[in-house]
Amino acid sequence: MGLNIDVAYVAELARIALTAEETKLFQAQLESIVGYVNKISTLNLEGVQPTMHGQVSTNFFREDVVRPSLSRSQALANAPMRTESEFKLPKIVEDS
Amino acid sequence: MEDIALLTVAATLRGLKNREFSSVELSQALLNCIDAKDGQLQAYLKVDADYILKQAATADQRRAAGDDAPLLGLPIALKDVINVKGEGCSCASRMMEGYRSPFDATVAAKLRAAGVVFAGRTNMDEFAMGSSTESSAFQVTRNPHNLECVPGGSSGGSAAAVAGGEAIAALGTDTGGSIRQPASFCGCVGLKPSYGRVSRHGVAAYASSLDQVGPLTKSVEDAAILLRELAGYDPNDGTTLDIAVPDYASQLTGNMQGVRIGLPREYFIEGSDPEVTAAVLSAVEACRAAGAEIVDLSLPHTEYAIAVYYILANAEASANLARFDGVRYGHQTAAPGSVYDLYANSRAEGFGAEVKRRIILGTYVLSSGYYDAYYGKAQRARTLIREDYTRAFESCDVMMTPVAPTAAYKIGAATQDLLKIYLGDVFTVPASLAGICGISLPCGSTTDGLPIGLQVLGPAFGESRILSVAHAYEKIRDGR
Repeated sequence: MGLNIDVAYVAELARIALTAEETKLFQAQLESIVGYVNKISTLNLEGVQPTMHGQVSTNFFREDVVRPSLSRSQALANAPMRTESEFKLPKIVEDS
Repeated sequence: MEDIALLTVAATLRGLKNREFSSVELSQALLNCIDAKDGQLQAYLKVDADYILKQAATADQRRAAGDDAPLLGLPIALKDVINVKGEGCSCASRMMEGYRSPFDATVAAKLRAAGVVFAGRTNMDEFAMGSSTESSAFQVTRNPHNLECVPGGSSGGSAAAVAGGEAIAALGTDTGGSIRQPASFCGCVGLKPSYGRVSRHGVAAYASSLDQVGPLTKSVEDAAILLRELAGYDPNDGTTLDIAVPDYASQLTGNMQGVRIGLPREYFIEGSDPEVTAAVLSAVEACRAAGAEIVDLSLPHTEYAIAVYYILANAEASANLARFDGVRYGHQTAAPGSVYDLYANSRAEGFGAEVKRRIILGTYVLSSGYYDAYYGKAQRARTLIREDYTRAFESCDVMMTPVAPTAAYKIGAATQDLLKIYLGDVFTVPASLAGICGISLPCGSTTDGLPIGLQVLGPAFGESRILSVAHAYEKIRDGR
């Protein structure tokens, strides 16, 4: 597998603004790490089921009932931008 | 009162129960130790004396009123990744500076109900990503045995506080070795419970298919006492299993007779420090002399564990840390022009280099065109690693291995070579992938005086077994 990791593009997917220096540094570091983890490509995994979790267990279901939860003011208390009752964001839809 | 440096959980609980000292006296003594030592060790991110003494006074009042909660008045330090209502939970990240938790993690609620005094927040690698506690955004914690060395990580603050005489016990979290390895580096006991044994609700998530909470203590008995209070089913963490929680401490028989100890040959390799291998093998020999049977065995997929781990853990981290968007809590960039800038700049400013690197690696292995080659394959390779252990535990009761290939290394020594740090997790990561339990306890030291840890691994939900064997070895080691 070729190792042309487009770090700038992946960082955009991850929503992390990188400086030019960080992009360059991560490029080299990630290529070294990905080069190493590529060793799993040598394993014969035919017919092997994936392990999703540390313990093999099936889904747990519970009754769909209302339980106590955080109050609105508690849930908003750590928000950097908020009104009395909502989280605030920059404008998403441009003016026409 | 004995020196805090020597005081175990068991001894503390006896002293409190017999009114030899009050929780306030104990907590004050502990604060004095922290005052005297933490300027050098830097194990704690936050110690709020008033908050600690207030809880201790409440515990003393409860005892005076006849309350007999199992851990009443016992101070326990918490890794700064565990939510306690009204307290900060920085995850050693700029991202979470100023955050105040609106709720208790399940482990915090359980400890609160058991009467614990929350005694300070310990330093860690940022968001638990690291093996040396050097990725903390705030400070470098030092190894109590040599101040120029790292304490290990990511629960390095908890390990340094316990081993350095600044805590009676502490909680940490272990995703790929983050309890066991710092316990080994600092010379204390660290228990990673089986996946599903302890709830993670309210514990900031790194890699959810691997994360576990566990105790760092001065003795195996202490780990057993605390695990009983931490373990159990939690409706708020669907991965916890509804399996009865035994009184682990009462099951410490001290008996080594007939115990079948497996030695996986992949854990005794050329690349390890010979002093580490020798110390572990000498511990194994002491167990054999006390009646244990030694079983040579193989875990053939061990060499793939680090690759599998760094794919899965970082993929999960990239998803878990997507929640830090600068909107609901956490750092927000100044005057964002657009929602994209709000996200990308808040995250750029809030996260440190190691966290960014792991999120980007995780995003890469999950991205279109690479998912099957990395994430899908790693999940299947994980099955092979898990099955290695299942097979091996048919012929042994526990396994004994080194915790890490080396003792603690110098601060700054490994930060330039990432792959080298990652490979240092080679003996702890496989058990995490397999979801089994493991405990690290001291078994010797290097000629430089740095502690060496012995890892005792057991099958899933085999905590009684590893605690009992570890306790039996502890008695042999100490000539008790």
